[in-house]
Amino acid sequence: MRALTWHGKHDVRVETVDDPEILNPRDAIIKVTSTAICGSDLHLYDGYIPTMQSGDILGHEFMGEVVEAGAKSTLKKGQRVVVPFTIACGSCYHCGKHQYSACDNGLPADNQDIAQELYGQPMSGLFGYSHMTGGYAGGQAEYVRVPFSDVGPIVIPDGIEDDKVLFLSDILPTGWMAAENAQIEPGDIVAVWGAGPVGLFAVQSAFLMGADRVICIDHFPHRLELAKKFGAETINFEESQTYEALMEMTGGIGPDACIDSVGLEAHGFFVDNVIDQIKASTFLGTDRIHSVRQAILACRKGGRVSMPAVYGGFVDKFPLGAFMEKGLTLKTGQTHVQHYMPALLNAIVEGKIDSDFLISHRLPLEQAAQGYKMFHDNQNEVTKVVLKPGLAVAAE
Amino acid sequence: MSETRDARTDDAPASTAKNAHARDEATDALVSPKGAHVVGRAVTINKPAAELYAYFRDFAKLATFMENVERVDVLDGARSHWVVKAPAGKTVEWDARVTEEREDELIAWTSEDGADVANSGRIEFRDVGARGTVVTATIAYDPPAGTIGKLVAKLLQREPAIQARRDLRRFKQLMETGEIATAARTRKQLDEEKA
Repeated sequence: MRALTWHGKHDVRVETVDDPEILNPRDAIIKVTSTAICGSDLHLYDGYIPTMQSGDILGHEFMGEVVEAGAKSTLKKGQRVVVPFTIACGSCYHCGKHQYSACDNGLPADNQDIAQELYGQPMSGLFGYSHMTGGYAGGQAEYVRVPFSDVGPIVIPDGIEDDKVLFLSDILPTGWMAAENAQIEPGDIVAVWGAGPVGLFAVQSAFLMGADRVICIDHFPHRLELAKKFGAETINFEESQTYEALMEMTGGIGPDACIDSVGLEAHGFFVDNVIDQIKASTFLGTDRIHSVRQAILACRKGGRVSMPAVYGGFVDKFPLGAFMEKGLTLKTGQTHVQHYMPALLNAIVEGKIDSDFLISHRLPLEQAAQGYKMFHDNQNEVTKVVLKPGLAVAAE
Repeated sequence: MSETRDARTDDAPASTAKNAHARDEATDALVSPKGAHVVGRAVTINKPAAELYAYFRDFAKLATFMENVERVDVLDGARSHWVVKAPAGKTVEWDARVTEEREDELIAWTSEDGADVANSGRIEFRDVGARGTVVTATIAYDPPAGTIGKLVAKLLQREPAIQARRDLRRFKQLMETGEIATAARTRKQLDEEKA
């Protein structure tokens, strides 16, 4: 089959590799019909994530058709499914509590050592996201082996096109969980850092949960336009001072809830960010945290900070004093995708959530490397690239 | 002056003592005969103790999740023959005998005279209600002398604690999910992993 493989910083290629096979009874093989490039794939593309190996197949947002099901899979050949990016067993203590991303058994036993060292306990597996998260081949390919296929994938009813439901795999549940973690109360003012896919779904989710106002912070004008479309007010941090603007827009109180959906590659030419960047590049610290730092300072006293953004390592200058003195609550975590999928599928079907607005580009899988470069170089216009293995390559 | 077990003032398991001597003494007390190297590990498995005990007590099945074990032949109710992978495609073998067992709670064993690697161990199953069963394994072994001994020592000393932890994780996966997680994409990759 053809698959997008990683070979180093800014070096991804579509290559021919062996087709996946059923290896465990609960496996299924999915023929991919749509797969997206995620903002967090750019962390891999930029070489920020350790434990990558040359030849790794990327991609954790994908859906397709079941072409083969193992003896204990509940899926049937021909069904269309969206696959969660988290690989969870459904049978351990954590899965029992619907904390799927904390699954005990999603990672192969040998891969659990790294996470145990770094985080204290191993987490669930992830598709296409380094060997620390299992080393599972991802979905930017023609076919994928999906473990625990009786627990993860959600069957999509006929008549709903791929583009409407593809984002159930990651960014929609992630944006929703971000808003849920912000414990939004009716009348709240919510600030969202990052008008990327997760941020834009967090904006929609916050309104659905009763927020009175949502303020979205970014520096890409096109992305801020999308936030406006969903009713958010905007701050362009290249034109305005974010903290000052938030304080003025909230009458000097600060937002009740702050959502950081930017993460470890936070942009912005601020002194602390530049220092973070130097430290990240010299391995003195791995994560750049300008946005969460700003969220803690801006958040109203006794407010809530939610952090869906991806962080992997350690940080410097975390404003622990402000966090403690103001009595803030911080909630975070990889998304428990399996828990949110059914309700969010309904929300899409009922038209409560707009999902396909995000897609700016559709490309054949063969042009995946171009897709990465486009997404990396022009994040203003390129909001989401969806790869379609079935799409013909356009003549040059 | 070495700290003794009696001098400890907390409730933490003896296997976690900072003092290596106290640690060895405590885990050694659990197994007989004592070995030069001792490994103790606990894992919680979301299944009833009876089910876990039954699977483990059928020694022929241990090779399904113990990476280094090639096979275990059951000789009679108490005795079994172990064939364990060693470096360079070699194997080491021994007969083992159950020295103590309490249904659904405990199995203790020791290798018999003439073992390539003298070893003893015990595995305990403790019901913890809604969370399932805490399974604790304690294993002691003496690497033998001679050439094969050096190979075996290399194998077992690689990271015996890590090996035990990984085997227990595989046991947990098999019991909780019915399979052992693998990131392999093809049968060939899976076979290479297991080799």
